[in-house]
Amino acid sequence: MRKMTGTAAAVALAAAVLGACGGGSDGSAAMTELGEGEGAVNIVAWAGYVEDGSTDPNVDWVTGFEQETGCEVNYKVGNTSDEMVELMQSGEYDVVSASGDATLRLIAGGDVAPVNTDLIPNYADVFDGLKNQPWNSVDGQSYGVPHGRGANVLVYNTEAGAAPSSIVDMFSADSPYAGKISVYDAPIYIADAAIYLMATQPELGITNPYALDQDQFDAAIAALEAQKPLVGQYWSLYTDQQAALESGSVTLGTSWQIIVNLAQANGAKIDATIHAEGATGWSDTWMISSKAKHPNCAYMWMNHIISPQANAGVAEWFGEAPSNAKSCALTADPNHCKVFHADDEEYFSNVFYWTTPTSKCLDGRTDVECVPFSEWVNAWNKLRA
Amino acid sequence: MLAPPLAWLLVVYVGSLVLLVAGAFFSLDEFTGKVTSQTTLSNLDEAFTEPAYWSLVARSIGVAALVTAICLAIALPVAFYVAKIAGPRAKRALIVAMLLPLWSGYLVKAFGLRAIVEPGSGGRDGGLLASLTGWSPGFGYPAVIATLAYLWFPYMLLAVHAGFERLPDTLVDASSDLGAGSLRTFRSVIVPVLVPSIAAGSIFTFSLSLGDYITVKIVGGTAQMIGNIIERALLAPNQPLAAAFTLWPIGIMVAYLWTMGRLGAFENL
Amino acid sequence: MRLSRTARVALRAATWAVLGLLYLPLLLVFILSFNSARSLAWPPRGFTTHWWATFLDVESARAALWSSGRIAFVAMALAVVLGTMLSFALQRHDFFGKAPISLLAALPIALPGIVTGVALRNTFVRFGWDLGFLSVVAGHATFCIVVAHNNVVARLRRISPNLREASADLGATPRQTFGLVTWPLIRSAVFAGAILAFALSFDEVVVTTFTAGAGTSTLPQWILNNFSRPNVLPYVTVVATLMLVVSLPVAWLAQRLSEGSRD
Repeated sequence: MRKMTGTAAAVALAAAVLGACGGGSDGSAAMTELGEGEGAVNIVAWAGYVEDGSTDPNVDWVTGFEQETGCEVNYKVGNTSDEMVELMQSGEYDVVSASGDATLRLIAGGDVAPVNTDLIPNYADVFDGLKNQPWNSVDGQSYGVPHGRGANVLVYNTEAGAAPSSIVDMFSADSPYAGKISVYDAPIYIADAAIYLMATQPELGITNPYALDQDQFDAAIAALEAQKPLVGQYWSLYTDQQAALESGSVTLGTSWQIIVNLAQANGAKIDATIHAEGATGWSDTWMISSKAKHPNCAYMWMNHIISPQANAGVAEWFGEAPSNAKSCALTADPNHCKVFHADDEEYFSNVFYWTTPTSKCLDGRTDVECVPFSEWVNAWNKLRA
Repeated sequence: MLAPPLAWLLVVYVGSLVLLVAGAFFSLDEFTGKVTSQTTLSNLDEAFTEPAYWSLVARSIGVAALVTAICLAIALPVAFYVAKIAGPRAKRALIVAMLLPLWSGYLVKAFGLRAIVEPGSGGRDGGLLASLTGWSPGFGYPAVIATLAYLWFPYMLLAVHAGFERLPDTLVDASSDLGAGSLRTFRSVIVPVLVPSIAAGSIFTFSLSLGDYITVKIVGGTAQMIGNIIERALLAPNQPLAAAFTLWPIGIMVAYLWTMGRLGAFENL
Repeated sequence: MRLSRTARVALRAATWAVLGLLYLPLLLVFILSFNSARSLAWPPRGFTTHWWATFLDVESARAALWSSGRIAFVAMALAVVLGTMLSFALQRHDFFGKAPISLLAALPIALPGIVTGVALRNTFVRFGWDLGFLSVVAGHATFCIVVAHNNVVARLRRISPNLREASADLGATPRQTFGLVTWPLIRSAVFAGAILAFALSFDEVVVTTFTAGAGTSTLPQWILNNFSRPNVLPYVTVVATLMLVVSLPVAWLAQRLSEGSRD
C-alpha cells in the first residue's frame, strides 16, 4: 500500500468505519434436507439457459417447472462471467449458471454455498468426467451441478469468401475481414489473443492462455491493440452480435453456437467453425447463493435444469454438450451429443475452458508471477477506453 | 419545512455519494473481486493518470458540448417562432407537439434512431437512411451525438421558449426601430436576455449527454464514453475503481453547475 | 412583432421541419410494429396485426407496466411533498446556504444517472436493504424532487408577497392564508410538477437498472431486456406505440395546468 496523505487517510478511515459491515460471509454449510418451495427463484444465467417460450413458443422449460413446483422464475441474463459475479455479490439472486472463470471467484468470495448433491436426484446421471472438477468442487466438496460445456466458435459470413479456419484471420492486419470483425467484449477475451500468440509467436512460450507472465501478457495486449482497427464490433449482448451478423455489418467473429443458430434461423448467410489453433470454451456449473432467499426453489431448479429433458433442451438450444448422459437420447437431432462431443474428453482436452487467471501461474510455473485477473480487467478497460 | 427534504437529500443522496467516493480508497481482492479493508490510492491513480482515460473523458465532454450546441442551434429559431410569431392556438399545439416526444420513452426514441441509422451492407437491408439515400453514418460517435441531441432537444426548447416568453416584444421592436437588422437584434438584444434560459437548458442537454451510456450501447458501435467505463468497472466487478471513475463526471458537473449558476440558470430552470 | 415576410416563412418552415424530425423516429417505431419481419430494417417486409393482437399475452410486459405505474406513482407523491416543502422553505426565507441548497436539489438530475444509481445501490447493498420496489422508489424520488421543486418555486416567485400580507392584515391565520390564498395559486404548478415527476420516473432507465433487484422490472427495463431479442422486438414496438398514444392527453394536461398560471 502506498503512503497516503492526511486527508486521504481521514476520508479512508471514515469510510472504513462506515463500511465495516459487508465482506465475504463464511461459506455456510450445504442444505441437508429439502423443504417446501418459497414461491419464487431468482436466476442469473447465460442467454438461452432459461427459456420460457418468449423467444420461441416451442422452446420452454420454465413454464412446466413453475406449474410443477410453484416457484416463479425471475431470470436475468448475465452477459459476461464478470457481470454474473457482480450480480451474485449483490445477494439478490438464488442461482447462477457460472462458467469456470466465475465459479472459483464465487466460492472464494463466499458468495455461493456448497451443494448437497444427494438432494438433486438427477445428479446421478451427470457424466463422470464433469463431476468433482477443479472448477466446481473444492477439497471434494461439490459447489454445484454441471450444466454443459462447449467451445466458443468462429462465425463467418459464407458470402465473404472461402471459409476461414485460423484464428489468424481475427488478428492479422491483412485479414480479408478487416473492419468487419466482431470481438467478445470481456477481459477474458485476452486469452484469445494468447492463443493467437501461441500459434504465431511460439518463442513467447505460452502453453496456457490463462497463465501469462508480464511479457506474455504485454504481447497479448499489443496484439489486441493491433487488432483494434480491424474490429467492427465489440459485443457483450448476444443479440447485438446476432443483429450485426444478420445485417452483414460484421463478417467474422468469436461467437456462441446459439447466436449462429438464431441468426441462421433469421436467414443470415453465416456458418461457424472452430479454429485449428484450439479454442476457448466453457464448462458451466449451476451454483446456489450463500444468501439465497429461496433455497428450496433453488435446489428444485438445479434438479430440473439438469433433468434429461430440460438439459437436452438447453444443450440443443444453446448449442453445447449436455451434462446429463440421458439427455443424448432426447435431443431432437439424434446426433447432437456426437456433434458436440458430449462425452469426448479427448476433444475437450483441446478446449481451453474459461478460468480465472491468478498471480500463481495456472500452468505450474513457479519461477515467474503471472498477471492476475484484476490486471486483465484494467488492461481490457484501458484498451476499450 | 426545510428539514425533511434537506434530510432526504443529505442523508440518502449525499450520504450515498460520500460512501461511494470513500469506496474509491479501498483496494480490491484480486481474485474474488471483493472490496477489502485495506486502503489504497491506486484506484485514483488508475482513474486519473492514465492517458487512455483522459482521452475518454475529453471525448465525452466533446460529445456533450456538441449535443448542447446542436440543441441550442435548433431550439433558438424554433422557440422564437413558437413564442413570438405563431398564433395562440398554433402556439399551444406546437408546444404540446414538441413536448410529446419527451414522454414517449428514452428507449423508444433511441431505438427509433437506431432504426434510422442502422447500416446495411452486403446487399442486405439497412435502416431508413441507408435504404432511402444509400448512405448512413453507421454506428459510432456521429450516431451517438445525433441520438443524444434528439433525446434532449425538448429540454433545451422548453428552456429557451420560456426565455422568449419573458422577452417583451417591445424590446425587439425598439431594436428594429433603432435600425437594427434581424440578425443584429437577435445577437444584441435577444441572446443576452436569453442567457440564463440557455444556461438552464444546457444543464439538461450537457449532463444527460455526459453520463449517458445506454445510447452509446444502442447506436455507438465501438464508441465509449465515461458512463460505459464506469459500468465496465462496476461489472468487473471493481466497485472501488468504478467509484474512482465517478469522480470525473461529479467534478465536471459540479464545475458546470457552478458556472451555469453564475449565469443565472437556477432562477430559470 | 414586426418581422420580414421571408424571415417569418423561413422560421415557420424550420419549425415544421424540426417537428417532423422529432416525430420521424416515433413514426418509424409505429410502422415497424406492423412489420411482419422481426427487424429494424427498412422497408418493412410485410404487414401484420399479429403483434398487436397477441401482445396482451406477454405476461412479463403486463407485469412491468403495473410495476412501473406503482413505482412512478409513489415516487411522484414523495417527490411532490418533499419538493413543495423545499420550495416554501427556500422562497419564504432568506438565509445563508440558500444557493447551495438549490444546487443540491438539482444535483441528482445534473449528475449522470449512473453515478446516482451506483451510489444508491452501493448504499442499499452495504446496509443490507433489499433491492426492489422501495429502493427503486427511493432512487426515483431523489431525482424527481427537483422537478416538483422547480415548478412550485417558479410559481411562488411570481406570487406577490402583498397577497399574503393583505390576507394577514385582514385577520387570516397562516393556515387560512395558505388554504384560501396560496394554495389556489400554486395548485396547478404542484400538479404540473407531479405529472412531470411521474413521467420522469416512468421513463427512467439507468437508476432503475442499478436499484432494482431480481424480480422488479419496470417498463423501460422490459424494453431494454427485450428490444434486442428479435423474437420479442415486435411486441416492444407495440408497447412503445401504446405509450405514445397514452402520453398524448397527459402531456396536454400538463401543458394546460402550467398555462393556467400565466396571466
